Amino acid sequence: VEPVTDIPQLEAIARQVRGKLVAMSHQAGAPHLGSSLSCVDIVVAAYWSALHIDPADPLNPNRDRFILSKGHAAPSLYIALAMRGFFPPELLDTYSAAGGKLLQHPTLGSVPGVEAATGSLGHGLSMGLGMAIAGKVAHRDYRICAVLSDGECNEGTVWEAAMMAPAQGLERVMAIVDYNKWQATGRSDEVLALGPLREKWASFGWNTYEIDGHDMSALVDVLSKIPDGSGKPIAVIAHTIKGKGVPFMEDDNNWHYRIPTQEEVQQAHEILGLS
Amino acid sequence: MRNAFADEITKMAADDERVILLSGDIGNRLFDTYKEQFPDRFLNMGIAEGNMISAAAGMALSGMRPVLYTITPFLTTRCLEQIRVDLCYQNLPVTLVGVGGGLSYAELGATHHSCEDIGLLRMLPGMVVECPGDAVEVRLGLRAALQQDQPMYLRLGKRGEPVVHAEPPPFAIGKSIQIRGGSEVCLLSTGNLLPIAVDAAAELDAAGISTRVESFHTVKPLDERLLSEVFDAYSLVVTIEEHSVLGGLGGSVAEWLADRPTSPKGRLLRIGTPDVFFHESGEQEHAREYFGFTPGGIASRVIQRHANLIDARTGR
Repeated sequence: VEPVTDIPQLEAIARQVRGKLVAMSHQAGAPHLGSSLSCVDIVVAAYWSALHIDPADPLNPNRDRFILSKGHAAPSLYIALAMRGFFPPELLDTYSAAGGKLLQHPTLGSVPGVEAATGSLGHGLSMGLGMAIAGKVAHRDYRICAVLSDGECNEGTVWEAAMMAPAQGLERVMAIVDYNKWQATGRSDEVLALGPLREKWASFGWNTYEIDGHDMSALVDVLSKIPDGSGKPIAVIAHTIKGKGVPFMEDDNNWHYRIPTQEEVQQAHEILGLS
Repeated sequence: MRNAFADEITKMAADDERVILLSGDIGNRLFDTYKEQFPDRFLNMGIAEGNMISAAAGMALSGMRPVLYTITPFLTTRCLEQIRVDLCYQNLPVTLVGVGGGLSYAELGATHHSCEDIGLLRMLPGMVVECPGDAVEVRLGLRAALQQDQPMYLRLGKRGEPVVHAEPPPFAIGKSIQIRGGSEVCLLSTGNLLPIAVDAAAELDAAGISTRVESFHTVKPLDERLLSEVFDAYSLVVTIEEHSVLGGLGGSVAEWLADRPTSPKGRLLRIGTPDVFFHESGEQEHAREYFGFTPGGIASRVIQRHANLIDARTGR
């Protein structure tokens, strides 16, 4: 699909995605809205500006792979895939419905464009590394982008993967940590000693970037760097705000589980300029 | 079994360029020939088994056929969640090869024993559980595994076990192999106790109990056709495994039997480890003696149960 690099246009797309997320959470009665809003800009920058993908040929062996390792933000992935043409947008209305294909965590084979089943944290980056190794063996130059949550970095396997990628010289892998400073029930710097996150990834052998994860221009720029010539895998610490874009949800961890009312959906749409 | 695996995987890698061998930091010299021939299709994934399983899933999602090799408790029970989600939920062609099944590494302590792996892995939808009885079955099992489009678990012993098959028998996953015939008792052996089961049958024959032996190498899918046949034809059917009596072959057969609409002629005797950890030092031979996994130990349990059955039938 044609890339979009115009920043105001990307920001407008991100607002649309946020509006749809709030509406879907309400309609489905499904949680994790704050986590989904947190990574919207990352997902939009990846799907619109960076990934070499073709909805008409979703299994092309040379495609770039995007893995939403924080699978609980599934609706943000579904919306991006639908808007990019991987499946009809009407299908989004069946999100989390009985008998539907769009589960609250992505499952393989449900809709075109979902690269892996995620939802159990600490699996996605490792799967991405396996895809990168397969690419090396087959001399394909596709790239891998995995989005992790900061809470996910509690999982030991994240750090197993973090040690393995540099050892195998997997320079076509980018791990983006959606660093919104919250996990399900507490501050992610307090539950476990998570920080300093950039230094951790750097000391594990990754080339690191630290950006504002809602700055579309910074996201487009960093996503264009795979590989960046360092010979190392790339870790991006993206500082984000849980619930970003809807002021009454921002940095309020109640929205990890809370479902918006019809009035709140309307309010959010007004703020996002969608109504 | 170990050396047969190393040799056969080298041949398989030559035949199929999708094959990639991942090791969890073991088999230092074992794969020298493989590594020489296919340096870019061998990876030492370190002592990080969870990551190894997930990475293998990623390779399979990109068209490869990964084969993973390490000590079996670390490959299976340690990584059950990765196996369940990444391999089974996604139904990917990844073959797990665990070395040291059962009490193979008795001397290393229960951290290295594996008497729960069959039960845990067979619970997972889509997983095939294959326990070769000797080095010949290891080769055949591996070849068959790599033809499957689903996750596979191949449970090896260690090295130097007696070879039971003089010639490679016809082999299919889920199809038991008859080793010797007999008319009164049928032994179903899975995995590395097969040579012991064969010797036990010889002792039983000598004691006047005509005994058939099957290498029941696949625990899942269960060879139900064979089970129907032997439970109708034999007064006593005995499962033999270096694994807990809970959940393994004995557990599988007991479940199958419980759901039968009518009671067959045959009674079931499960031989395996009881529901305990083994705390003593000593090598596999000692642990086998302790649990009665010897030709004499198995024969005497069969003789005793067989006598009970005759007593019950004659009302004594």
